[in-house]
Amino acid sequence: MRRWLPPLLLLVALIGLWELVVRAADVPDYLFPAPSAVGTALRDDGGTLGAATLVTAREMVLGYVLAVALGLSFAVLLHFSTALRRALLPLLVVSQTVPTVVLAPILAILLGYGIGPKLVVVAIVCFFPIVVNAVDGLRASDPELVRMMRTLHGARWNIFRRVEFPGALPMIFSGARVAATYAAVGAVFGEWAGSSEGLGFVMLQSQPSLDTAIIFASVLILSLLALGLYGAVTLAERLLVPWKWEEAHA
Amino acid sequence: MNYAVVERRGVAAGGISLDGVLRILGGRRVLDGVSLEIGLHERLGIVGRSGTGKSTLLSLVAGLDEPDHGLVTVGGDATAEGRLRRCALMPQRDGLLPWRTALDNACLALENAGLGRPEARAAARPLFARFGLEGAEELRPARLSAGMRQRVAFLRTLLAGKDVLLLDEPFGALDAITRGELQDWLGDALADQPQTVLLVTHDIEEALRLCDRLAVLSRGRIATILEVDVERDVTDPAFVELRRRALEAIE
Repeated sequence: MRRWLPPLLLLVALIGLWELVVRAADVPDYLFPAPSAVGTALRDDGGTLGAATLVTAREMVLGYVLAVALGLSFAVLLHFSTALRRALLPLLVVSQTVPTVVLAPILAILLGYGIGPKLVVVAIVCFFPIVVNAVDGLRASDPELVRMMRTLHGARWNIFRRVEFPGALPMIFSGARVAATYAAVGAVFGEWAGSSEGLGFVMLQSQPSLDTAIIFASVLILSLLALGLYGAVTLAERLLVPWKWEEAHA
Repeated sequence: MNYAVVERRGVAAGGISLDGVLRILGGRRVLDGVSLEIGLHERLGIVGRSGTGKSTLLSLVAGLDEPDHGLVTVGGDATAEGRLRRCALMPQRDGLLPWRTALDNACLALENAGLGRPEARAAARPLFARFGLEGAEELRPARLSAGMRQRVAFLRTLLAGKDVLLLDEPFGALDAITRGELQDWLGDALADQPQTVLLVTHDIEEALRLCDRLAVLSRGRIATILEVDVERDVTDPAFVELRRRALEAIE
């Protein structure tokens, strides 16, 4: 609790300051809405925003799960094949220079306007940190442990599942946590490229009518969704990597 | 004991032989013509300064490495595979897996060999009492004392069921008091075990307390081999004399 108090107090103070400045300077709502106006939008358009939130949350979670499954499989493949790792890892790094925003419309053309292209955009955005951290984590195992395992009847597969993979879990989770913060951005990009629902769609719809408060409300909800996903991953880490926590408190 | 008989029996089962072994690492002759016979059930200590090739020698015997020249055989088998099949390594530090409980760490070799987890745990559990580890079964390494961690590590090595135990400075990271206690404990534990033991250490006293013979390694060669035919008592004059001779050979 004590850890959360300072940032929480700062946040409340900033929101208060924002409200004061907007009112004092008499800034119109369509330019820069006050927190109270955002609150009103959340209440008045609760139905629309709620439905859009469900759509976007679904895209985020499914796309993220897809990224984790593909990212981990890919990392294991690269871990077992030095040739593949040498050939693919540099290409993977280079591929990150392609902006995802540009890919989203192409995917919409290829895959249509359903949930498919959104999942792919989310997965693409989240894929990289997961793969890179997992590959590094798998390679970081103590060579002394591997030597020991070999003298303890340890076949290659046993060394992987009993030493390398559990040892890589903390690294895998730090990649997964970074990826979790990208999922919301990916979902919105996907929706902007072509959709008829979701928070990204609501934002686009509100732009021509200068309904800025709803855009702000959408951003707020997106942040909360990202935070929720991050929290879920952190919780999963606590459950799956209990020894790390134990070591820190030993 | 007739040494030739020991040697022949040794070659047949868990005996070890090194013949003119040369190993070059990073352009340096880490082992420069080492020849050594270790009989079945014998306990040989290898002492020397850091960097004199003690761990390299263990890797060669274990089948984790191949010599550049010369021959290493364990139980008469010169292939790396055959050596690997007969040796179990207890690494420097304890090498316990932090995500496994003490009992599951001890079970590692049994599970690797294909035993189911419940069967492996059932096989290892009785040994916890015998090795003074009662009550520690379900604790992860972070919750164990340094001494307990070494005991679990030794138990894990033992449960591999190999003919040869390779102990690589097992107590190097411990404080002097714990180290003394564990040396007594290991001496008792080994007394009941039929395995051939190779103990690498930089602690001459440790080797004299635990081994039948002592090979002093210096600059990649065996400087001398001493029979430990004295009372294992640090205050005994014969013991002190033996320690002096080993120390002299290290220089």
